[in-house]
Amino acid sequence: MAAIKASGLERTFKGGIKAVRGIDIEVAEGEIYGFLGPNGAGKTTTVRMLVTLLKPTGGNAVVAGFDVAHDASQVRRRIGVALQEAALDPLMTGRELIILQATLQGMIKAEGRERSAELLERVGLINASDRRVGGYSGGMKRRLDLAMALVHSPSVLFLDEPTTGLDPTSRFAIWDEVDRLRREGTTVFLTTQYLEEADQMADRVGIIADGLIVAEGTPEALKAESGAPHIEVVLDQGSSAEAAERSLAPLGEPIPAGEGHDVAIRLSDSATGVADAVRLLDESGLSVAEIELVRPSLDDVFMEKTGRRLEGAATAADEQ
Amino acid sequence: MILASVALAQRALRVTLRRPQFLAPLLIFPSLLLAVNTGGLSQATSLPGFWEQYGVTAPYPSFFEFQLAAAMSQSLLLGGVATGIAVALELEMGFFDRLVAAPIPRASIVLGRLLAAGAIALVQLSWFVSLSLIFGSGIADGIPGLIEVYLIGAIAGIGFAGIGVTLALRAGNASTVQSIFPLVFVVLFLSSAFFPPNLLTSPADLIAKWNPLSYIANGLRAPIIGASGTSDVLEGFAAAIGLALFFGLLATWSLRVRLQSK
Repeated sequence: MAAIKASGLERTFKGGIKAVRGIDIEVAEGEIYGFLGPNGAGKTTTVRMLVTLLKPTGGNAVVAGFDVAHDASQVRRRIGVALQEAALDPLMTGRELIILQATLQGMIKAEGRERSAELLERVGLINASDRRVGGYSGGMKRRLDLAMALVHSPSVLFLDEPTTGLDPTSRFAIWDEVDRLRREGTTVFLTTQYLEEADQMADRVGIIADGLIVAEGTPEALKAESGAPHIEVVLDQGSSAEAAERSLAPLGEPIPAGEGHDVAIRLSDSATGVADAVRLLDESGLSVAEIELVRPSLDDVFMEKTGRRLEGAATAADEQ
Repeated sequence: MILASVALAQRALRVTLRRPQFLAPLLIFPSLLLAVNTGGLSQATSLPGFWEQYGVTAPYPSFFEFQLAAAMSQSLLLGGVATGIAVALELEMGFFDRLVAAPIPRASIVLGRLLAAGAIALVQLSWFVSLSLIFGSGIADGIPGLIEVYLIGAIAGIGFAGIGVTLALRAGNASTVQSIFPLVFVVLFLSSAFFPPNLLTSPADLIAKWNPLSYIANGLRAPIIGASGTSDVLEGFAAAIGLALFFGLLATWSLRVRLQSK
């Protein structure tokens, strides 16, 4: 049984603004599904419908075996939610918030206290557990938010841009936790605008743009679909670009070289690579300053499907 | 439903007590007005029939004791505004979504907040009871009178909080809720909280007659000035209960509308 299944899911806001325009999603139990898209693509609206905070205006969705529109309370019992911008009361301590969440999930106080200690330890906040959340850093807040979402050991966890705006250390801490959830068999629906995050963490990725899913599959399959890798060459002074293109012709067809590069060849056989190119250039007596193998990224996939680059991709890459 | 409401009430209470800047004005403003009125208007008690309409006979209580109920009413009304602002801030910062996403009856979100307002009302009333012990002669009708004051005040506090929560859920932002602050004084001065109804001129006397706050203030006042035996206490209870029920239900309905319209 699918942990999440949406069919023709739509959401139109007042004024006729269509945020989500009939999407189909199926996420298997235990799968980590990366939902990738730029700001305003419809990611958060989709998540809010799946976690019962927003009623769909069309289509339907079943989460953890229950319809989000008709069995909302059953859905809420089975899911964990960490929404965008960790909404935490700054006047409460981390421990108090987890205990409150445990009580709202129907746990008795003693159980809530025990679970809060366990989760605070797990997300590395045990030493800050009795401090007010207002004094937490952004990373600490996101980890606390994640701990609150896990308080009742949900079978499906929704993480809406859990690492947006975080420094690399905090981002890696969240990634580690998601990886642990993967090992524990929790289904995770992860929205992100960071390509690397989706690439590294998700078993499958759905790319949303303007309220529609434009591509879906494993990161590797999507990248392969987007095309073969290519090599980019910077020649030493005195070596001719035309001669280099001719000598590299057996490897594939020439494509426009990127900025600062002299020659680019799309490889016709992905098994060939830099070593073959160096050998051919050497045999032709051409001297090479730099050569690199460029594999397609999810950003290339996004570019191919939507005609534009994904916002935030560069920022995330820079921070790494 | 009850467990969730109590947990949310405890949380709201804890957070309010940690925000002294929210709690202090509920006590300080009415106390200042109490001091000003008592100091400058105490001759009002010399007007013919001032005390008689409350069923009080000589020796008469002081004007300070008369004004205590007005200060309590003002404080409770301000408590309603503060509750509304707190709910609106939760809506703005997204904490409200966390509550809505939890598997609890939605009505418990409103009920928890109203229960907390009732508990805070007890703190507010205790402040003014303390003032009456320090600067006056306490509650004339003793412990039973004190219980009446607490009960009417706490129920009225829940009712006023219901108004605040309703406004917050309809407006969705704290600045709109805050903007009703001046209305608190309009409602107060158009009631018989500060002056006996027979000393009010038209149309204030007519408005005061229909203003539930008049009955709540008189209900709070009766035990303080030794008039618990009059109908004022029963009318005070009736007005407070009516207000709490009406605005409690209205707030719950507003939450329903808010969630459905999303």
